Amino acid sequence: MTAKRSPNPLHQSKSYVHAPLIILSILFLIPFVWLIMSSLQPREQVGKNPPEWLPRQHYIMHDEKKIFVTPPEEIGIEKVEVKMLEGLKKGQQLLVDKSAYQNGQVLQKVQVADQFEEKAFAAELIASYAATDVYVKRWQLSKITPAEEGRQWFCVKPEDVQVEINAVWGNYGEAVRALTAGEEYKALPLSELMAKSSTPLTDKHADGVTITFLTYLLNTLVVAVLSVIGTVLSSSLVAYGLSRIKWRGSNTLFIITLSTMMIPFPVLMIPLYSVFRELGWIGTLMPLWVPAFFGSAFNIFLLRQFFLTIPSEISDAARIDGCSEFGIYWRIMLPLAKPALAVVALFQFLFCWNDFLGPMIFLTEPSTFTMALGLQQYQSQHGGSEWHLLMAASVLLVLPIIVLFFFMQKTFIQGISTTGVKG
Amino acid sequence: MNSMSAHEKKNLIKGLLFCSPWLIGLMVFMVYPMMAALYYSMCDYSVLLPPVFIGFDNYTDLIQDGVFWQSLGNTVYFALFSVIFSLIMSLALALLLNCQVRGLAWYRTCFFLPTLMPVVAGSILWMWMYSGDGGIINTMLGYIGIDNPPAWLADKHFAKPALILMSVWGAGHAMVIFLAGLQDVPKSIQEAAIIDGANAWQRLIHVTIPMISPVIYFNLIMGLIGGLQVFTQAFIMTGAEGAPERSLLFYVLRLFNLGFNDLRMGYACAMAVILFIIILSLTLFMNKLSKKLVTYDR
Repeated sequence: MTAKRSPNPLHQSKSYVHAPLIILSILFLIPFVWLIMSSLQPREQVGKNPPEWLPRQHYIMHDEKKIFVTPPEEIGIEKVEVKMLEGLKKGQQLLVDKSAYQNGQVLQKVQVADQFEEKAFAAELIASYAATDVYVKRWQLSKITPAEEGRQWFCVKPEDVQVEINAVWGNYGEAVRALTAGEEYKALPLSELMAKSSTPLTDKHADGVTITFLTYLLNTLVVAVLSVIGTVLSSSLVAYGLSRIKWRGSNTLFIITLSTMMIPFPVLMIPLYSVFRELGWIGTLMPLWVPAFFGSAFNIFLLRQFFLTIPSEISDAARIDGCSEFGIYWRIMLPLAKPALAVVALFQFLFCWNDFLGPMIFLTEPSTFTMALGLQQYQSQHGGSEWHLLMAASVLLVLPIIVLFFFMQKTFIQGISTTGVKG
Repeated sequence: MNSMSAHEKKNLIKGLLFCSPWLIGLMVFMVYPMMAALYYSMCDYSVLLPPVFIGFDNYTDLIQDGVFWQSLGNTVYFALFSVIFSLIMSLALALLLNCQVRGLAWYRTCFFLPTLMPVVAGSILWMWMYSGDGGIINTMLGYIGIDNPPAWLADKHFAKPALILMSVWGAGHAMVIFLAGLQDVPKSIQEAAIIDGANAWQRLIHVTIPMISPVIYFNLIMGLIGGLQVFTQAFIMTGAEGAPERSLLFYVLRLFNLGFNDLRMGYACAMAVILFIIILSLTLFMNKLSKKLVTYDR
C-alpha cells in the first residue's frame, strides 16, 4: 500500500514526530533491556560499578579447552604452587607465598591444642608465579550445586584471561531453584526438584514434598483459571438478567452495581478477612477464586453494555421457537458475546496473575503462595544481592503475559479502549 | 404486587434468578463487609476476640495520630503528582501517535509493554535500577554530567519522586485510552479549524482537548482513585514501615500494618471508612466539576 499524499495536513505522514517517538520509546524500553541483560549476567558481573549492559564472562584456555573463570585478581606478591607431601593437606596443591617455601618445605600454621604453631611440611614445587600474575577460579553457576570436576583455580598471565560476550541462560534455572523453600532440596537436579513439588492437590505434610517454583506456578494457575471460569459464567449470566429481561428493579440493581465499583478493595479487606476466617478459608486459595463465581461489578457492567447492542429480534425469534430463557442466554447470547467475554477473561487472568495484596492477606501457608507472593518473599529475604536471580525470576513472571499480549493484542487494546471511552 | 401481570411476575422471577449469583455476591462480598467495616470502625477489634463497641474513639484517636496524617499526606502527594505526570506523558504519547505516523503498532507496543509488568516484578526491577550500587539510573545520570545523584529510595526527599517516575513508566495504559478517544474525534471538525486558519497548537487547545475532555476526565479520576490505593510498590521497595523516615508510608500501607501486623482492626477500619469517604467525595466533586469543564456532546 502506498500512502496517498493529500494537501490536507491531517492526512500527511509527519516524519518529524519520529524523533520524539524514538527517544521516548528508547526511554520506555531501557528498563526492559536492563531487566533482560541483568538476568543473563554472571553473578560476578551484576552490581559492578559502573554497570555493564552486555553479559560477559572471563575465560582462559587450559589444555586446549575453554574454561570460564571468575574475574581475575592480581596476586600481588610472588607465589609458588606446591604439592604437599605430608601434613593434613597431603596430596593437595596449594598456592603459598614464595617466602613461606624454603628448602623443599612449607611453613604452615597448625593448631595444637589452643595455640597456633608454625610447622614445616615437606612439599614439592610445581610452579612459581610472578607478582603481576592473576588468580582466577573456575566459574560456577551456583553456590549450591557441587563443583565441576577438574582443577579449580589457576594463576596465569593477565593477558591470558580473555573476555567474551556470553549469556548465562542457567540463571533462569537458578532462579527457579532459588525460589524453592527447603534448603536440603536445593542441590537436586531441577527435574527431580520439580518432581518433589507440592501441588494444590498433594498432601503438604507428606514426606519428600517441598515447596518449589512449580508450586507457586500451579497455585497461580488454579486461582487464575477458576476465577476466569467463575467470572465469565456468573458475570455474563447477571449481565443477561440486567440487560435482556425487563423486570421491576433491574435498573435499581444496575445502579447499585455501578456504585459498588467505587468501593476499593482496601476498604473491605479487613471485614473480608474476618468473613473468610469464619468460613475457615484463610490459608487456602479459596478467598482468591470463590468470589469470582458470584460476579464482579465491572465485568457485569462491561457485558451488560455489550448485550444491549445485540438486537432484541434475535432473542424474540428464539423465544417464539420455544427456546427457554436460559437456552437463549447459553446458546445464542454467549456465542455472540465471545469478543466481550474474551476481554473479561483476559483481564481477570491478568488481575489474578499480578495480584499481590489479596494473596498477601489471605495466603498464610507457603504451600499456597502464588508466584507474585513467592517472588516477594524471596526478595525480602535475599534483597540487595542476587539481582541476577531476581531479574531472571521477574522475567519468568512477565514472560507469559508478554506472550499472551502478542497473541491477543487486539483483545488487550480493545478491552482497554472500550472501558475508557464508553465507561 | 397485585398490579403485576402474570407476564411481569414471570419476568421478575426470571430476572432475579439470572441475577441471583450477583445478589448473593453483592450481599456477602460487598454490602456486608461495608457494613461490618462501619461497625468495626466503632469497635475495639482484633479478629481474635469479638468486637467491643467504643463509639467514635477510633476516629478521635485518628485525628490526633500524626502517623495517620503523614500517611495521608504521602498518599495525596503521590496520587496527585503521579496522575499529573502520567496524564501529561500518556496524552503526549497519544497525540504523537495520532499523527498518522508510520510504525504506529511498533511504537504503541513499546509504550504499552511496561503496563504488562506485574507490580511485584516491576517494583523489584526499579529497585535494582535505583540502586546506588551498580544501578543503571545513577550511571546514566553520570553520563549526562550529574556526578552526585540522589540515593533515591534511601533518601526521604527522593523516595516519592522515584515512585512517581516509575508510575509514569506505566503511562501506556492511559495512552491506549487516549488514542481511542482521539480516533473518535471527527476529522471534519479538524478540517473546519484548518480552513479557519487555526495552527496546530490552536487546534490542539481549542479542538482536540475539548473533544477528548471526557476521556481526560475518565483517566484523571481512575488515576486518582488508583493512586490513593498505592501499596505494593512501597511495600516491596521499602518494606511495611515505608522507610526512609516513613516517607513511603502510604495510606493503605498504614491500614495494612494496623490491621494485620498490630491486629488493631477496629482502628484500621476507621481508616478504611475515611478512605471510602475520601474517594466518594472526590468522585462526587470531580463529577460536579466535570459538568462545567467537560464537553460531552459531539
